Amino acid sequence: MSAPIKPLGNFRYVAHKRRTKEDRRFIAGAGRYVADLALPGMLHVALVASPYPFARIVSIDAKAALAMPGVRAVLTGAELAQATEPLMSGLDIPKVRRYPLAIGLVRYVGEWVAAVVAETRALAEDAAELVEVEYEPLTPVVDPEAALAPEAPIVHPDHGSNVLFRRKFVWGPVEADFAAAEHRLSFRARWNRSSTVPIETFGVVGAWNPALQLLDIWASIQMPKYPDQLARALRLPGNAVRVHFDVDVGGSYGVKRGIKHTILVGYLAMRLGSPVRLIEDRLENMRGGDAQGPDRIFDMAVAFDGSGIIRSLKIRVLDDVGAHAGRSPLQLGKPIGAIVGPYRIGSVEYEAISVTTNKTPQEAVRGFGQAPANFALETAIDRVARHLGMDRIELRRLNLIRHEEFPYIIPSGSTYDSGDYHAVLDKVLAASGYADLLRRRDAARAAGGLAGIGIACCLEPSGGNSAFEPLFNPKNETTTWMEGCGIKIDLNGTITVSMGTSTSGQGHETLAATVVGEVLERDPDIIRVVHSDSLTALPSNSPVGSRMAIMLGGAAAGAANKLKASLTAIAAHNLGLAVDAVEYRGGDVVARHDPARRLGWDKIVEIAHRKFHQLPPGMEPGLQALHVLEVPTGGRLPTADGRVQMYPCYAFEAHVVYAEIDRVTGQVSLRKYVVGHDCGTMINPDIVHGMTYGGIAHGIGAALYERFSYDENGQLLSGSFMDYLMPSSHEVPDILIVDHCTPSPLTVFGQKGSGEAGYLGAPAAVAGAVNDALAPLGLWIANLPMSVGVLGELLATAESGK
Amino acid sequence: MKPANFDYACPRTVDEACRLLAGANGDGKIIAGGQTLVPLLAMRLARPALLIDINRIEALRGIEAHDRVVTVKACTRQADALKSDAIRAQLPLLAKALQFVGHPQTRNRGTVGGSLANADPAAEIGVAALALDCEIVARRPGSERTIPIGAFFQGTMSTALAAEECLTAIRFRASRDAGRIGTSFQEVSIRRSDFALVAAAVQLGLDAGGACRRIAISLGGIGEMPVRVAEEAATSLVGTRLAAADLAKAVAAIRDSLEPRADIHASADYRRRVAGALVERAIAEARDEALAGKG
Amino acid sequence: MSLHDVTLVVNGRRHGAQVPARLTLVDFLRDVLRLTGTHVGCEHGVCGACSILLDGRPVRSCLLLAVQVDGAEIVTVEGLAPEPGTLSVLQDAFWETHALQCGFCTPGMLIAARALLAENPAPSDEEIREAIGGNLCRCTGYKQIVDAIRLAAERLRQSNEAGATEPGGDRVGAD
Repeated sequence: MSAPIKPLGNFRYVAHKRRTKEDRRFIAGAGRYVADLALPGMLHVALVASPYPFARIVSIDAKAALAMPGVRAVLTGAELAQATEPLMSGLDIPKVRRYPLAIGLVRYVGEWVAAVVAETRALAEDAAELVEVEYEPLTPVVDPEAALAPEAPIVHPDHGSNVLFRRKFVWGPVEADFAAAEHRLSFRARWNRSSTVPIETFGVVGAWNPALQLLDIWASIQMPKYPDQLARALRLPGNAVRVHFDVDVGGSYGVKRGIKHTILVGYLAMRLGSPVRLIEDRLENMRGGDAQGPDRIFDMAVAFDGSGIIRSLKIRVLDDVGAHAGRSPLQLGKPIGAIVGPYRIGSVEYEAISVTTNKTPQEAVRGFGQAPANFALETAIDRVARHLGMDRIELRRLNLIRHEEFPYIIPSGSTYDSGDYHAVLDKVLAASGYADLLRRRDAARAAGGLAGIGIACCLEPSGGNSAFEPLFNPKNETTTWMEGCGIKIDLNGTITVSMGTSTSGQGHETLAATVVGEVLERDPDIIRVVHSDSLTALPSNSPVGSRMAIMLGGAAAGAANKLKASLTAIAAHNLGLAVDAVEYRGGDVVARHDPARRLGWDKIVEIAHRKFHQLPPGMEPGLQALHVLEVPTGGRLPTADGRVQMYPCYAFEAHVVYAEIDRVTGQVSLRKYVVGHDCGTMINPDIVHGMTYGGIAHGIGAALYERFSYDENGQLLSGSFMDYLMPSSHEVPDILIVDHCTPSPLTVFGQKGSGEAGYLGAPAAVAGAVNDALAPLGLWIANLPMSVGVLGELLATAESGK
Repeated sequence: MKPANFDYACPRTVDEACRLLAGANGDGKIIAGGQTLVPLLAMRLARPALLIDINRIEALRGIEAHDRVVTVKACTRQADALKSDAIRAQLPLLAKALQFVGHPQTRNRGTVGGSLANADPAAEIGVAALALDCEIVARRPGSERTIPIGAFFQGTMSTALAAEECLTAIRFRASRDAGRIGTSFQEVSIRRSDFALVAAAVQLGLDAGGACRRIAISLGGIGEMPVRVAEEAATSLVGTRLAAADLAKAVAAIRDSLEPRADIHASADYRRRVAGALVERAIAEARDEALAGKG
Repeated sequence: MSLHDVTLVVNGRRHGAQVPARLTLVDFLRDVLRLTGTHVGCEHGVCGACSILLDGRPVRSCLLLAVQVDGAEIVTVEGLAPEPGTLSVLQDAFWETHALQCGFCTPGMLIAARALLAENPAPSDEEIREAIGGNLCRCTGYKQIVDAIRLAAERLRQSNEAGATEPGGDRVGAD
């Protein structure tokens, strides 16, 4: 039991409606995306891709391609591998090597085999058709369970198996709890492959300046350690790479980690002495961009009592990462930080298995594995309720961690900072008119329809922390996950804030300006926020893990507080008073006991910049400060049994969805959608709400429409927007968000992260609604997406079984 | 996704377009709305040597209505067809089908003739046309012929048009007894405005006593091309009042006669079942409309 | 391959160029005229990020060839503001409701909305969703976009009563 959280009081700017600064350029069509850049002499890349899921490369003949006018180079994997280091993976798997272009073997349909460089993209594509590649096809492995079998084809033969990672964690007395429980049930749930698929594909422009010995990179990027990994791969000193973070990124939601594209372009730019541009076209993006998402089989077992108390969980998850490791095996690690969800469950066994198959590799996707985990867990809760004949909401109420229990430590070692799950649940039920929804549902059923309500209570761990890295690879002892921010007040008294990473729609400029404005009590609208480049930027780990409100917010507040202290000290010194005898008010400083004695902002600024003789002794001239922040609760390595603090702050969401299903066609209509959301203090409500609506849309896509479908020969069947179907304005209903605020004790304003909001709970909620609708037929579907074809078949078998 | 190279011509008359088409020796492609063709060019699945743009041919624009014959010229934009009073009044089934075609932006360029010439088995305009009394007007250098709609579709994306022929117009004969006509267009697609997984079009006429005099039923998304439901199945409904029991029997027979295809979005079984349900819904809706005298 | 002459008016300004037949209109606007506000998302006519107004109607510019629009009048997102540096009522409404995040689909959304409001000054939410039904967004879930268009319609109706016009001389809702 902890002390009650003190309310943080009224804010001047934080939590108030404010227009997003970034919107101003986008509504005018004045964004600056990577494909908008035109450097003189710029050359264009097109890729030659493998048509086979698994094959030996026998030969590559580029003569005809090179003979075409306008073609400058054709690069193969062999040349690239000589000149560059392989891509890094987080696991200890030295025999699993990955380069931007295939060498020796191609391992998935769409894998890049050669890069053609020409004066225009069209010419590069013309030439790419003339590159002759001879392959010797091999038998592919496409099913992840088949990939585990001893006789399966091995995607990385030197590695010896298809298993990239396998570990069983046991936290608490799982076997004893299962034995002692009154009931047990088990089931399988399948989260099929989808991804967040931004409308802008990945793109990068590279230019090598030999006079400066500097490689300039502009990219549509969202990736920690990108400049560093690039320099290392190209065998350049770290300060020979300059990544321009002021490029606008057209959506990423995790997936734009185009390090392989960038190594390719960087190498070509250096070799050819001209700027080089690679903008994925949509076909390249879907199969060769390596940006697909989790592809998981969950085998779940739950132990519970007749009263509904859930005692223990066993989770076995098999994730098919595709042909290369990438970041994705670690996506099995992050959910450990919320492995019991918002529930009081005493023990957990978690077996995580990451396997390779001959498919496009996965990349980090919004939530980093939490959305599939939440889907599996909420399915378990609903199954327990059905087994006991208990109301799904009552069951949740019984098991949800109570407000008084925070901070709450879960079996896998993470502490949840704060929460009031019951209050949010109550709010969302009230706002959705739950009793009316039940009546509406029952009336629809009485009229012969299929109707259901879905409930999902899920956590959004936020703040970021790469604790899953040492957890999954003890050789990688890393505990730093930082963010920096610099602020200066210039001679004119205007404020400029520097952030050191890119933005893909999260409104970071507005976030930072609001935070700095709050601390310095100055209007955020006239605070400028710039994106530094990687040479001038303070350390950053990019906007991943819903971390920027916490980390950029924290770093900006830290730097702003330093400036506030300097301003106060300068004024106090010039007023002849002690620092504690004066008060900072709106940028001016006044004597506490005599407000007439004051020094205004402009005067203080002038002293700092021009009147060294009036500065307190020992103070640096000028007005600038920086602050670099380690993630709160970070800095500790995992224990031997795999317990570790994952992310610091836990936001909570409770979804209520009402759906109707056409009995014959299997079409699902989402008629009402209400979500209760608690991410502590929202620095900018419109921005937080926007990401929640968008996250729900992503979740609806994953639940009902989106799938990277492969046939048994490893051919991607949904490799364009004609077959990979994303929700339009017709498929996403109007959504009502009900806010609640349980501040975090760990952050300056009580803010938690919210970049993954909605996505982490929507698939579970929609699945819950569909299953509630199917309940009168005795059917259950635990397989996403619940597409029209799949539901139609399920309903037909029920019909014929009658 | 840049197209492979091609030559481009923009004729001003139909005969010139036909001559160019003939002269290209099978390597020429007509572009009308481009909503289907340009993606194929971008993906390099279509690689014509010559693209013949018919968008500037005056004679291919417009909708004419005389004496119950409505002639829709080939390059009539789907958006214009959707707003056309003549189509709404005289070809209500087509008007209904047009509402399901694509999005506002695709309807502003896509053409009625282009949709038919493209012959996608699920395209709504083709399905509706098949249930209507209409013929395709086709020109080749120096001559013109008409192809009844029933003979027009020949296979997946394949029509009776010869390599050097250009579709210039579609002539519809509007039904004579407007008072007792009922129409319905039903479609199941994954998302709104997607291509139909299954589509059903029905036009029927009732006699003064409310019994069915004529009925035409067509289906899309079922086979290689839009299909007109066989006469025997349709005629079994003639003379009945199209009550639930009459429908159930006929629909079961229609459903069992179908041999649909499967793809990643829906199985053959799904299409068969849904086709049955859509036909039933369409007949019921058309019947009710006819009874209300609103046809 | 041969080049073709095209002359066209874009955002009120006349342009002439020689273009290869296979150059799409979106690539022409972006790479030749350097109007990069119109975006490329899929190049096969699905996402709508490339939407522009062609002789007043919204179309997908990735599905048009530059050579096809000789003599046409085109409006892109850069042509929506009444004066350089200002914002139209519609654009300002997008800002007010935060109808965007990454901004990539936004030009297409603005074009679709502009076309809707020119024809229908009091659209229902259903009509708004239909008008943007061919424009995909992965950031916003559409709600704030619908809110913006509804707000813009309301503000335009109010200012229309006072006799205002939108850029291009269109009188919203008149005739």
